[in-house]
Amino acid sequence: MKLARDTWLTFQYETVLLIRNPSNIAITLIQPLTYLALFTPFLKGVMGVSTYGDAYQIYVPSLFAAMGIYSGLYAGFALLAAMHQGVISRCRVTPVSRIGLLLGRELMYVVLIAFQAVVITLAALVLGLRVQPANLLFALVLLSMMVLLGVSISFCLAMLVPNETVLPTVANSIAQPVALLAGVLIPLSVAPLWVRNVALWNPFAWGTRGMRAILEGQLRGSVVWEGSLIMAAVAVLAVVLTSQLFSREIA
Amino acid sequence: MIEASGLRKSYPAKRGRKGGTVDAVRGVDFAVRRGEIFGFLGPNGAGKTTTLRMLTTLIRPDGGDATIAGADLRRAPAQVRRQIGFVAQSGGTYDQSTARRDLVHQARMYGVSKSTAITLAEAAIVAFHLEDLADRRVATYSGGQRRRLDIALGVIHSPQVIFLDEPTAGLDPTSRARMWQEVRRLRDQGMTVFLTTHYLDEADALCDRISIIDAGLIVAEGTPSDLKREISGDVVIVDLAAADSAGAPEPATMLKAAKLLTDERCVHSCEAIDHTLRLYVDSAATAIPQVMRTLSSQGIEPGAIEYRRPSLDDVFLAKTGRTLAD
Repeated sequence: MKLARDTWLTFQYETVLLIRNPSNIAITLIQPLTYLALFTPFLKGVMGVSTYGDAYQIYVPSLFAAMGIYSGLYAGFALLAAMHQGVISRCRVTPVSRIGLLLGRELMYVVLIAFQAVVITLAALVLGLRVQPANLLFALVLLSMMVLLGVSISFCLAMLVPNETVLPTVANSIAQPVALLAGVLIPLSVAPLWVRNVALWNPFAWGTRGMRAILEGQLRGSVVWEGSLIMAAVAVLAVVLTSQLFSREIA
Repeated sequence: MIEASGLRKSYPAKRGRKGGTVDAVRGVDFAVRRGEIFGFLGPNGAGKTTTLRMLTTLIRPDGGDATIAGADLRRAPAQVRRQIGFVAQSGGTYDQSTARRDLVHQARMYGVSKSTAITLAEAAIVAFHLEDLADRRVATYSGGQRRRLDIALGVIHSPQVIFLDEPTAGLDPTSRARMWQEVRRLRDQGMTVFLTTHYLDEADALCDRISIIDAGLIVAEGTPSDLKREISGDVVIVDLAAADSAGAPEPATMLKAAKLLTDERCVHSCEAIDHTLRLYVDSAATAIPQVMRTLSSQGIEPGAIEYRRPSLDDVFLAKTGRTLAD
Protein backbone atom coordinates (compact mmCIF):
# COMPACT_ATOMS: atom_id res chain seq x y z
CA MET A 1 0.00 0.00 0.00
CA LYS A 2 2.69 2.44 1.03
CA LEU A 3 4.82 1.16 -1.83
CA ALA A 4 2.00 1.79 -4.30
CA ARG A 5 1.37 5.27 -2.89
CA ASP A 6 5.03 6.24 -2.93
CA THR A 7 5.52 4.82 -6.42
CA TRP A 8 2.58 6.89 -7.60
CA LEU A 9 3.94 9.97 -5.80
CA THR A 10 7.31 9.63 -7.50
CA PHE A 11 5.71 8.87 -10.85
CA GLN A 12 3.54 11.97 -10.57
CA TYR A 13 6.39 14.27 -9.55
CA GLU A 14 8.70 13.09 -12.31
CA THR A 15 6.01 12.98 -14.98
CA VAL A 16 4.75 16.51 -14.29
CA LEU A 17 8.31 17.78 -14.65
CA LEU A 18 8.60 15.93 -17.93
CA ILE A 19 5.31 17.18 -19.33
CA ARG A 20 6.18 20.75 -18.41
CA ASN A 21 8.86 20.43 -21.04
CA PRO A 22 6.87 19.17 -24.04
CA SER A 23 9.62 20.15 -26.46
CA ASN A 24 11.80 17.44 -24.92
CA ILE A 25 9.16 14.83 -25.67
CA ALA A 26 8.73 16.19 -29.19
CA ILE A 27 12.48 15.92 -29.83
CA THR A 28 12.50 12.24 -28.89
CA LEU A 29 9.85 11.65 -31.56
CA ILE A 30 11.82 13.16 -34.42
CA GLN A 31 14.18 10.24 -34.90
CA PRO A 32 11.61 7.43 -34.94
CA LEU A 33 9.33 9.44 -37.26
CA THR A 34 12.25 10.03 -39.62
CA TYR A 35 13.06 6.33 -39.71
CA LEU A 36 9.41 5.53 -40.22
CA ALA A 37 9.15 7.80 -43.22
CA LEU A 38 12.55 7.28 -44.82
CA PHE A 39 13.76 3.86 -43.79
CA THR A 40 10.61 1.85 -44.47
CA PRO A 41 10.88 2.33 -48.27
CA PHE A 42 14.37 0.77 -48.18
CA LEU A 43 13.03 -2.07 -46.11
CA LYS A 44 10.20 -2.60 -48.55
CA GLY A 45 12.76 -3.18 -51.28
CA VAL A 46 15.13 -5.34 -49.24
CA MET A 47 12.45 -7.55 -47.73
CA GLY A 48 10.69 -7.89 -51.05
CA VAL A 49 7.19 -7.19 -49.73
CA SER A 50 4.56 -5.92 -52.12
CA THR A 51 2.84 -3.12 -50.20
CA TYR A 52 3.76 -0.35 -47.80
CA GLY A 53 1.22 -1.79 -45.39
CA ASP A 54 3.27 -4.98 -45.20
CA ALA A 55 6.51 -3.06 -44.86
CA TYR A 56 5.13 -1.07 -41.94
CA GLN A 57 3.89 -4.23 -40.33
CA ILE A 58 7.49 -5.44 -40.34
CA TYR A 59 9.10 -2.17 -39.39
CA VAL A 60 6.77 -0.68 -36.74
CA PRO A 61 7.55 -3.40 -34.17
CA SER A 62 11.25 -2.88 -34.91
CA LEU A 63 10.81 0.79 -34.22
CA PHE A 64 8.98 0.04 -30.98
CA ALA A 65 11.88 -2.14 -29.92
CA ALA A 66 14.43 0.50 -30.89
CA MET A 67 12.59 3.12 -28.81
CA GLY A 68 12.32 0.74 -25.90
CA ILE A 69 15.98 -0.23 -26.02
CA TYR A 70 17.49 3.21 -26.62
CA SER A 71 15.17 5.27 -24.41
CA GLY A 72 15.38 2.59 -21.74
CA LEU A 73 19.14 2.25 -21.77
CA TYR A 74 19.61 6.01 -21.67
CA ALA A 75 17.27 6.51 -18.71
CA GLY A 76 20.25 6.23 -16.39
CA PHE A 77 21.27 9.76 -17.31
CA ALA A 78 18.18 11.17 -15.68
CA LEU A 79 18.84 9.12 -12.56
CA LEU A 80 22.44 10.29 -12.54
CA ALA A 81 21.28 13.91 -12.86
CA ALA A 82 18.83 13.39 -10.00
CA MET A 83 21.65 11.91 -7.92
CA HIS A 84 24.04 14.73 -8.71
CA GLN A 85 21.45 17.43 -8.09
CA GLY A 86 20.80 15.92 -4.66
CA VAL A 87 17.18 15.02 -5.42
CA ILE A 88 17.69 11.34 -4.60
CA SER A 89 19.40 12.15 -1.29
CA ARG A 90 16.66 14.59 -0.38
CA CYS A 91 14.04 11.92 -0.97
CA ARG A 92 15.97 9.18 0.80
CA VAL A 93 16.17 11.15 4.03
CA THR A 94 12.37 11.09 4.17
CA PRO A 95 10.42 7.95 5.11
CA VAL A 96 9.37 7.51 1.46
CA SER A 97 9.72 3.96 0.12
CA ARG A 98 13.11 3.45 -1.51
CA ILE A 99 11.68 1.04 -4.04
CA GLY A 100 8.88 3.50 -4.70
CA LEU A 101 11.47 6.10 -5.71
CA LEU A 102 12.78 3.64 -8.26
CA LEU A 103 9.53 2.14 -9.53
CA GLY A 104 7.93 5.56 -9.94
CA ARG A 105 10.75 6.55 -12.24
CA GLU A 106 10.63 3.27 -14.19
CA LEU A 107 6.91 3.69 -14.62
CA MET A 108 7.39 7.16 -16.05
CA TYR A 109 9.47 5.68 -18.87
CA VAL A 110 6.90 2.99 -19.51
CA VAL A 111 4.21 5.62 -19.98
CA LEU A 112 6.46 7.95 -21.98
CA ILE A 113 7.51 5.25 -24.42
CA ALA A 114 4.01 3.84 -24.72
CA PHE A 115 2.89 7.35 -25.65
CA GLN A 116 5.64 7.60 -28.26
CA ALA A 117 4.67 4.21 -29.64
CA VAL A 118 1.08 5.35 -30.02
CA VAL A 119 2.21 8.45 -31.92
CA ILE A 120 4.36 6.29 -34.20
CA THR A 121 1.46 3.91 -34.79
CA LEU A 122 -0.87 6.77 -35.69
CA ALA A 123 1.68 8.05 -38.18
CA ALA A 124 2.13 4.54 -39.62
CA LEU A 125 -1.64 4.10 -39.92
CA VAL A 126 -1.74 7.20 -42.09
CA LEU A 127 1.04 5.70 -44.22
CA GLY A 128 -0.72 2.38 -44.71
CA LEU A 129 -0.28 0.19 -41.61
CA ARG A 130 -3.23 -1.97 -40.59
CA VAL A 131 -3.53 -3.25 -37.04
CA GLN A 132 -6.25 -4.40 -34.60
CA PRO A 133 -6.55 -2.07 -31.57
CA ALA A 134 -6.48 -5.05 -29.18
CA ASN A 135 -3.31 -6.34 -30.81
CA LEU A 136 -1.71 -2.94 -30.55
CA LEU A 137 -2.52 -2.91 -26.83
CA PHE A 138 -0.97 -6.35 -26.41
CA ALA A 139 2.16 -5.20 -28.23
CA LEU A 140 2.38 -2.16 -25.97
CA VAL A 141 2.30 -4.43 -22.91
CA LEU A 142 5.22 -6.39 -24.33
CA LEU A 143 7.00 -3.14 -25.17
CA SER A 144 6.51 -1.99 -21.56
CA MET A 145 8.37 -5.07 -20.35
CA MET A 146 11.22 -4.26 -22.70
CA VAL A 147 11.27 -0.72 -21.34
CA LEU A 148 11.37 -1.98 -17.75
CA LEU A 149 14.31 -4.20 -18.62
CA GLY A 150 16.16 -1.42 -20.44
CA VAL A 151 15.53 1.16 -17.73
CA SER A 152 16.59 -1.26 -15.00
CA ILE A 153 19.86 -2.05 -16.77
CA SER A 154 20.48 1.64 -17.29
CA PHE A 155 19.72 2.54 -13.66
CA CYS A 156 22.15 -0.16 -12.53
CA LEU A 157 24.80 1.28 -14.83
CA ALA A 158 24.20 4.78 -13.48
CA MET A 159 24.64 3.52 -9.91
CA LEU A 160 27.76 1.53 -10.75
CA VAL A 161 29.30 4.09 -13.13
CA PRO A 162 28.16 7.42 -11.64
CA ASN A 163 30.08 9.49 -14.17
CA GLU A 164 28.49 11.64 -16.86
CA THR A 165 31.31 11.26 -19.34
CA VAL A 166 31.77 7.49 -19.07
CA LEU A 167 28.11 6.49 -18.85
CA PRO A 168 27.19 7.48 -22.47
CA THR A 169 29.96 5.28 -23.85
CA VAL A 170 28.93 2.35 -21.70
CA ALA A 171 25.23 2.78 -22.45
CA ASN A 172 25.87 3.13 -26.16
CA SER A 173 28.18 0.14 -26.39
CA ILE A 174 25.43 -1.97 -24.85
CA ALA A 175 22.52 -0.42 -26.74
CA GLN A 176 24.04 -0.82 -30.23
CA PRO A 177 24.64 -4.58 -30.27
CA VAL A 178 21.50 -5.27 -28.27
CA ALA A 179 19.42 -3.26 -30.74
CA LEU A 180 21.00 -4.78 -33.86
CA LEU A 181 20.68 -8.26 -32.40
CA ALA A 182 17.01 -7.58 -31.73
CA GLY A 183 16.50 -6.85 -35.42
CA VAL A 184 15.57 -3.20 -35.04
CA LEU A 185 16.78 -2.36 -38.55
CA ILE A 186 16.31 -5.56 -40.52
CA PRO A 187 14.35 -8.47 -39.04
CA LEU A 188 16.48 -11.33 -37.75
CA SER A 189 14.65 -13.72 -40.03
CA VAL A 190 16.95 -12.64 -42.86
CA ALA A 191 20.08 -12.74 -40.67
CA PRO A 192 22.71 -15.49 -41.03
CA LEU A 193 22.26 -18.46 -38.72
CA TRP A 194 25.08 -17.57 -36.35
CA VAL A 195 23.61 -14.11 -35.77
CA ARG A 196 20.24 -15.68 -35.03
CA ASN A 197 21.93 -18.08 -32.61
CA VAL A 198 23.60 -15.22 -30.76
CA ALA A 199 20.31 -13.37 -30.69
CA LEU A 200 18.72 -16.29 -28.86
CA TRP A 201 20.49 -14.92 -25.78
CA ASN A 202 19.07 -11.45 -26.29
CA PRO A 203 15.74 -11.08 -24.46
CA PHE A 204 15.02 -7.94 -26.49
CA ALA A 205 15.12 -10.11 -29.64
CA TRP A 206 12.42 -12.36 -28.20
CA GLY A 207 10.36 -9.31 -27.32
CA THR A 208 10.74 -7.83 -30.78
CA ARG A 209 9.75 -11.08 -32.49
CA GLY A 210 6.78 -11.34 -30.18
CA MET A 211 5.63 -7.81 -30.98
CA ARG A 212 6.00 -8.43 -34.70
CA ALA A 213 3.88 -11.56 -34.53
CA ILE A 214 1.26 -9.73 -32.46
CA LEU A 215 1.00 -6.82 -34.89
CA GLU A 216 0.70 -9.32 -37.74
CA GLY A 217 -2.21 -10.86 -35.87
CA GLN A 218 -0.52 -14.23 -35.38
CA LEU A 219 -1.47 -14.46 -31.72
CA ARG A 220 -1.55 -18.24 -31.66
CA GLY A 221 2.04 -18.79 -32.65
CA SER A 222 4.56 -19.96 -30.04
CA VAL A 223 6.62 -16.86 -30.81
CA VAL A 224 4.12 -14.70 -28.94
CA TRP A 225 3.88 -16.60 -25.70
CA GLU A 226 7.59 -17.47 -25.69
CA GLY A 227 8.52 -13.83 -26.23
CA SER A 228 6.07 -12.59 -23.60
CA LEU A 229 7.17 -15.14 -21.05
CA ILE A 230 10.88 -14.54 -21.54
CA MET A 231 10.47 -10.76 -21.50
CA ALA A 232 8.26 -10.84 -18.41
CA ALA A 233 10.65 -13.08 -16.50
CA VAL A 234 13.76 -11.11 -17.39
CA ALA A 235 12.08 -7.76 -16.76
CA VAL A 236 10.84 -8.80 -13.32
CA LEU A 237 14.26 -10.14 -12.44
CA ALA A 238 15.93 -6.91 -13.60
CA VAL A 239 13.52 -4.72 -11.63
CA VAL A 240 14.05 -6.76 -8.47
CA LEU A 241 17.83 -6.70 -8.78
CA THR A 242 17.85 -2.97 -9.53
CA SER A 243 15.62 -2.30 -6.52
CA GLN A 244 18.03 -4.17 -4.30
CA LEU A 245 21.00 -2.32 -5.66
CA PHE A 246 19.16 0.99 -5.30
CA SER A 247 18.14 0.34 -1.70
CA ARG A 248 21.69 -0.55 -0.82
CA GLU A 249 23.94 1.49 -3.04
CA ILE A 250 22.66 4.99 -3.64
CA ALA A 251 23.91 7.54 -1.17
CA MET B 1 19.03 14.86 21.26
CA ILE B 2 21.88 13.24 19.35
CA GLU B 3 24.36 10.91 20.92
CA ALA B 4 27.04 9.34 18.79
CA SER B 5 29.74 6.98 19.93
CA GLY B 6 32.52 5.50 17.89
CA LEU B 7 30.91 6.23 14.52
CA ARG B 8 33.23 5.31 11.73
CA LYS B 9 33.22 4.83 7.99
CA SER B 10 35.83 3.93 5.44
CA TYR B 11 35.65 3.81 1.69
CA PRO B 12 37.52 1.65 -0.77
CA ALA B 13 40.50 3.60 -2.01
CA LYS B 14 40.59 4.86 -5.57
CA ARG B 15 42.08 2.60 -8.18
CA GLY B 16 45.82 2.17 -8.05
CA ARG B 17 46.03 1.45 -4.36
CA LYS B 18 44.82 -2.11 -4.41
CA GLY B 19 42.72 -3.37 -1.53
CA GLY B 20 43.29 -0.21 0.42
CA THR B 21 40.65 1.81 2.18
CA VAL B 22 40.33 5.45 3.08
CA ASP B 23 39.19 6.02 6.64
CA ALA B 24 36.88 8.98 6.24
CA VAL B 25 35.60 8.95 9.81
CA ARG B 26 37.68 7.11 12.37
CA GLY B 27 35.43 6.88 15.39
CA VAL B 28 33.71 10.05 16.53
CA ASP B 29 31.82 10.65 19.79
CA PHE B 30 29.70 13.64 20.55
CA ALA B 31 26.47 14.66 22.20
CA VAL B 32 24.11 17.33 20.94
CA ARG B 33 21.62 18.84 23.40
CA ARG B 34 18.02 19.65 22.65
CA GLY B 35 17.51 23.10 21.19
CA GLU B 36 21.11 24.04 20.51
CA ILE B 37 22.99 24.91 17.35
CA PHE B 38 25.81 22.39 17.22
CA GLY B 39 28.60 22.92 14.73
CA PHE B 40 31.02 20.47 13.19
CA LEU B 41 34.04 22.58 12.30
CA GLY B 42 36.82 21.21 10.16
CA PRO B 43 38.66 21.58 6.88
CA ASN B 44 37.39 20.05 3.65
CA GLY B 45 37.87 16.30 3.69
CA ALA B 46 37.90 16.09 7.49
CA GLY B 47 34.90 13.74 7.54
CA LYS B 48 32.15 16.26 8.26
CA THR B 49 29.88 15.33 5.39
CA THR B 50 30.47 11.61 5.85
CA THR B 51 29.41 11.91 9.49
CA LEU B 52 26.36 13.87 8.45
CA ARG B 53 25.39 11.30 5.84
CA MET B 54 25.66 8.55 8.44
CA LEU B 55 23.48 10.46 10.90
CA THR B 56 20.87 11.14 8.22
CA THR B 57 20.60 7.42 7.27
CA LEU B 58 22.07 7.97 3.80
CA ILE B 59 25.05 5.72 4.42
CA ARG B 60 25.49 2.90 6.86
CA PRO B 61 28.22 3.31 9.48
CA ASP B 62 30.92 0.62 9.53
CA GLY B 63 30.90 0.79 13.29
CA GLY B 64 29.67 2.71 16.28
CA ASP B 65 26.21 3.73 17.38
CA ALA B 66 24.04 6.78 17.42
CA THR B 67 20.70 7.72 18.89
CA ILE B 68 18.79 10.58 17.34
CA ALA B 69 15.66 11.95 18.99
CA GLY B 70 15.33 8.69 20.89
CA ALA B 71 15.59 6.46 17.82
CA ASP B 72 18.46 4.09 17.19
CA LEU B 73 20.24 4.91 13.95
CA ARG B 74 21.13 1.33 13.10
CA ARG B 75 18.05 -0.50 14.28
CA ALA B 76 15.34 2.01 13.47
CA PRO B 77 16.48 4.19 10.58
CA ALA B 78 12.86 4.62 9.46
CA GLN B 79 12.01 6.11 12.84
CA VAL B 80 15.04 8.39 12.65
CA ARG B 81 13.91 9.65 9.22
CA ARG B 82 10.61 10.80 10.65
CA GLN B 83 12.36 12.99 13.24
CA ILE B 84 15.04 14.62 11.13
CA GLY B 85 15.46 16.95 8.20
CA PHE B 86 18.54 17.22 6.01
CA VAL B 87 19.84 19.93 3.73
CA ALA B 88 22.73 18.82 1.54
CA GLN B 89 25.40 21.26 0.49
CA SER B 90 24.46 20.80 -3.15
CA GLY B 91 20.78 21.31 -2.40
CA GLY B 92 18.21 18.82 -3.60
CA THR B 93 16.03 20.30 -6.29
CA TYR B 94 15.73 20.03 -10.05
CA ASP B 95 16.45 23.26 -11.92
CA GLN B 96 13.24 22.92 -13.89
CA SER B 97 10.98 22.41 -10.86
CA THR B 98 9.41 25.13 -8.73
CA ALA B 99 9.50 25.84 -5.00
CA ARG B 100 5.81 25.12 -4.56
CA ARG B 101 5.89 21.82 -6.40
CA ASP B 102 8.94 20.61 -4.50
CA LEU B 103 7.52 21.67 -1.14
CA VAL B 104 4.24 19.84 -1.78
CA HIS B 105 6.12 16.75 -2.97
CA GLN B 106 8.43 16.87 0.04
CA ALA B 107 5.52 17.08 2.49
CA ARG B 108 3.75 14.21 0.73
CA MET B 109 6.80 11.99 1.13
CA TYR B 110 6.16 12.20 4.87
CA GLY B 111 2.80 10.59 4.23
CA VAL B 112 0.43 13.53 4.56
CA SER B 113 -2.57 14.04 2.30
CA LYS B 114 -2.45 16.30 -0.73
CA SER B 115 -4.49 19.06 0.92
CA THR B 116 -2.34 19.04 4.06
CA ALA B 117 0.77 19.12 1.88
CA ILE B 118 -0.53 22.16 0.00
CA THR B 119 -1.23 23.94 3.31
CA LEU B 120 2.23 23.08 4.66
CA ALA B 121 3.87 24.25 1.43
CA GLU B 122 2.01 27.55 1.56
CA ALA B 123 3.07 28.11 5.18
CA ALA B 124 6.70 27.34 4.30
CA ILE B 125 6.61 29.72 1.34
CA VAL B 126 5.50 32.53 3.68
CA ALA B 127 7.90 31.59 6.48
CA PHE B 128 10.92 31.54 4.17
CA HIS B 129 9.88 34.58 2.12
CA LEU B 130 9.56 32.68 -1.13
CA GLU B 131 6.22 34.23 -2.17
CA ASP B 132 7.55 35.93 -5.28
CA LEU B 133 9.45 32.87 -6.46
CA ALA B 134 7.16 30.04 -5.50
CA ASP B 135 5.95 29.31 -9.03
CA ARG B 136 9.10 30.21 -10.90
CA ARG B 137 11.65 27.67 -12.08
CA VAL B 138 14.31 26.97 -9.48
CA ALA B 139 16.96 27.66 -12.14
CA THR B 140 16.08 31.36 -11.91
CA TYR B 141 16.72 31.63 -8.14
CA SER B 142 19.79 33.29 -6.66
CA GLY B 143 22.14 31.26 -4.46
CA GLY B 144 20.57 32.62 -1.30
CA GLN B 145 17.01 32.04 -2.51
CA ARG B 146 17.85 28.51 -3.48
CA ARG B 147 19.37 27.84 -0.08
CA ARG B 148 16.23 29.19 1.62
CA LEU B 149 14.16 26.77 -0.43
CA ASP B 150 16.50 23.92 0.52
CA ILE B 151 16.01 24.69 4.20
CA ALA B 152 12.26 25.10 3.79
CA LEU B 153 12.21 21.61 2.23
CA GLY B 154 14.29 20.23 5.08
CA VAL B 155 11.94 21.45 7.80
CA ILE B 156 8.54 21.15 6.11
CA HIS B 157 7.58 18.35 8.49
CA SER B 158 8.78 20.24 11.60
CA PRO B 159 11.50 17.76 12.50
CA GLN B 160 13.11 17.67 15.92
CA VAL B 161 16.59 17.84 14.42
CA ILE B 162 17.70 19.57 11.25
CA PHE B 163 21.05 18.71 9.67
CA LEU B 164 22.63 21.41 7.53
CA ASP B 165 25.70 20.60 5.45
CA GLU B 166 27.74 23.79 4.92
CA PRO B 167 24.65 26.00 4.91
CA THR B 168 26.46 29.16 3.84
CA ALA B 169 29.16 27.80 1.52
CA GLY B 170 29.38 29.97 -1.55
CA LEU B 171 26.89 32.61 -0.39
CA ASP B 172 27.54 36.35 -0.57
CA PRO B 173 27.84 38.17 2.78
CA THR B 174 24.25 39.43 2.78
CA SER B 175 22.72 36.03 2.05
CA ARG B 176 25.04 34.56 4.62
CA ALA B 177 23.87 36.90 7.38
CA ARG B 178 20.30 36.13 6.39
CA MET B 179 20.97 32.40 6.53
CA TRP B 180 22.38 32.77 10.04
CA GLN B 181 19.14 34.50 11.01
CA GLU B 182 17.12 31.65 9.56
CA VAL B 183 19.19 29.08 11.45
CA ARG B 184 18.72 30.95 14.73
CA ARG B 185 15.01 31.20 14.02
CA LEU B 186 14.83 27.41 13.65
CA ARG B 187 16.53 26.98 17.01
CA ASP B 188 14.20 29.52 18.59
CA GLN B 189 11.28 27.46 17.35
CA GLY B 190 12.67 24.57 19.37
CA MET B 191 14.55 22.67 16.68
CA THR B 192 17.95 21.21 17.35
CA VAL B 193 20.36 22.29 14.61
CA PHE B 194 23.39 20.25 13.59
CA LEU B 195 25.52 21.99 10.99
CA THR B 196 28.91 21.54 9.40
CA THR B 197 31.12 24.41 8.43
CA HIS B 198 34.68 25.20 7.54
CA TYR B 199 34.20 28.88 8.35
CA LEU B 200 35.69 29.91 11.67
CA ASP B 201 33.53 32.98 12.07
CA GLU B 202 30.42 30.92 11.39
CA ALA B 203 31.29 28.38 14.07
CA ASP B 204 32.14 31.23 16.44
CA ALA B 205 29.15 33.45 15.88
CA LEU B 206 26.37 30.99 15.11
CA CYS B 207 27.03 27.82 17.08
CA ASP B 208 26.24 27.28 20.73
CA ARG B 209 28.70 24.43 20.87
CA ILE B 210 31.13 22.96 18.37
CA SER B 211 33.21 19.92 17.72
CA ILE B 212 36.42 20.38 15.82
CA ILE B 213 37.05 17.48 13.46
CA ASP B 214 40.23 16.76 11.58
CA ALA B 215 41.23 13.72 9.54
CA GLY B 216 38.21 11.78 10.73
CA LEU B 217 38.72 12.38 14.44
CA ILE B 218 37.26 14.89 16.87
CA VAL B 219 40.07 16.94 18.34
CA ALA B 220 38.08 19.30 20.57
CA GLU B 221 34.53 19.90 21.73
CA GLY B 222 32.96 22.75 23.68
CA THR B 223 31.47 26.21 23.38
CA PRO B 224 33.50 28.50 21.15
CA SER B 225 34.40 30.72 24.12
CA ASP B 226 35.49 27.79 26.30
CA LEU B 227 37.67 26.47 23.50
CA LYS B 228 39.28 29.84 22.98
CA ARG B 229 39.85 30.20 26.71
CA GLU B 230 41.89 27.00 26.59
CA ILE B 231 44.37 28.98 24.55
CA SER B 232 45.16 31.30 27.41
CA GLY B 233 46.70 34.70 26.83
CA ASP B 234 47.14 36.59 23.59
CA VAL B 235 48.31 35.88 20.09
CA VAL B 236 51.11 38.02 18.71
CA ILE B 237 51.59 37.95 14.97
CA VAL B 238 54.96 38.96 13.62
CA ASP B 239 55.05 39.68 9.91
CA LEU B 240 58.57 39.17 8.64
CA ALA B 241 57.94 40.53 5.16
CA ALA B 242 59.74 43.86 4.98
CA ALA B 243 57.31 46.75 5.30
CA ASP B 244 58.82 48.70 2.40
CA SER B 245 58.87 45.86 -0.12
CA ALA B 246 56.48 43.18 -1.21
CA GLY B 247 59.20 40.54 -1.05
CA ALA B 248 58.80 37.56 1.23
CA PRO B 249 61.50 37.00 3.85
CA GLU B 250 64.33 34.56 3.26
CA PRO B 251 63.48 31.07 4.55
CA ALA B 252 66.67 31.22 6.57
CA THR B 253 65.49 34.43 8.26
CA MET B 254 62.15 32.80 9.05
CA LEU B 255 63.85 29.82 10.63
CA LYS B 256 66.23 31.95 12.61
CA ALA B 257 63.48 34.22 13.92
CA ALA B 258 61.29 31.26 14.82
CA LYS B 259 64.18 29.68 16.71
CA LEU B 260 64.97 32.88 18.58
CA LEU B 261 61.38 33.57 19.55
CA THR B 262 60.60 30.00 20.58
CA ASP B 263 63.47 30.30 23.06
CA GLU B 264 61.96 33.46 24.58
CA ARG B 265 60.56 32.82 28.03
CA CYS B 266 57.37 34.78 27.40
CA VAL B 267 56.51 32.72 24.27
CA HIS B 268 54.58 29.50 24.94
CA SER B 269 54.65 28.33 21.37
CA CYS B 270 55.41 29.62 17.92
CA GLU B 271 53.93 28.60 14.58
CA ALA B 272 55.14 29.71 11.17
CA ILE B 273 52.35 30.48 8.71
CA ASP B 274 53.36 31.87 5.30
CA HIS B 275 55.67 34.78 6.09
CA THR B 276 54.32 35.38 9.57
CA LEU B 277 55.08 33.87 12.95
CA ARG B 278 52.19 33.29 15.30
CA LEU B 279 53.29 33.53 18.94
CA TYR B 280 51.18 32.40 21.88
CA VAL B 281 52.00 34.56 24.90
CA ASP B 282 50.51 35.40 28.29
CA SER B 283 50.34 39.10 27.66
CA ALA B 284 50.91 40.86 24.38
CA ALA B 285 51.66 44.15 26.16
CA THR B 286 54.86 42.82 27.76
CA ALA B 287 55.76 40.32 25.04
CA ILE B 288 55.87 42.74 22.11
CA PRO B 289 58.80 44.90 23.40
CA GLN B 290 60.68 41.70 24.23
CA VAL B 291 60.09 40.28 20.77
CA MET B 292 61.19 43.55 19.14
CA ARG B 293 64.41 43.64 21.17
CA THR B 294 65.30 40.04 20.42
CA LEU B 295 64.72 40.34 16.69
CA SER B 296 66.55 43.63 16.19
CA SER B 297 69.50 42.45 18.24
CA GLN B 298 69.96 39.81 15.54
CA GLY B 299 69.41 42.25 12.72
CA ILE B 300 65.93 41.05 11.83
CA GLU B 301 63.46 43.85 11.15
CA PRO B 302 59.81 42.69 11.19
CA GLY B 303 57.50 44.47 8.76
CA ALA B 304 54.63 44.53 11.22
CA ILE B 305 53.62 43.25 14.63
CA GLU B 306 50.03 42.94 15.76
CA TYR B 307 48.19 41.13 18.47
CA ARG B 308 44.69 39.75 18.99
CA ARG B 309 42.66 37.52 21.24
CA PRO B 310 42.81 33.81 20.36
CA SER B 311 40.39 32.68 17.66
CA LEU B 312 39.03 29.25 16.83
CA ASP B 313 41.77 29.01 14.24
CA ASP B 314 44.30 29.18 17.07
CA VAL B 315 42.41 26.36 18.76
CA PHE B 316 42.55 24.37 15.54
CA LEU B 317 46.24 25.12 15.12
CA ALA B 318 47.01 24.11 18.69
CA LYS B 319 45.14 20.82 18.29
CA THR B 320 46.22 19.81 14.81
CA GLY B 321 49.38 21.76 14.05
CA ARG B 322 47.73 23.19 10.96
CA THR B 323 45.68 26.26 10.29
CA LEU B 324 42.12 26.16 9.03
CA ALA B 325 42.23 29.53 7.38
CA ASP B 326 44.15 28.48 4.30
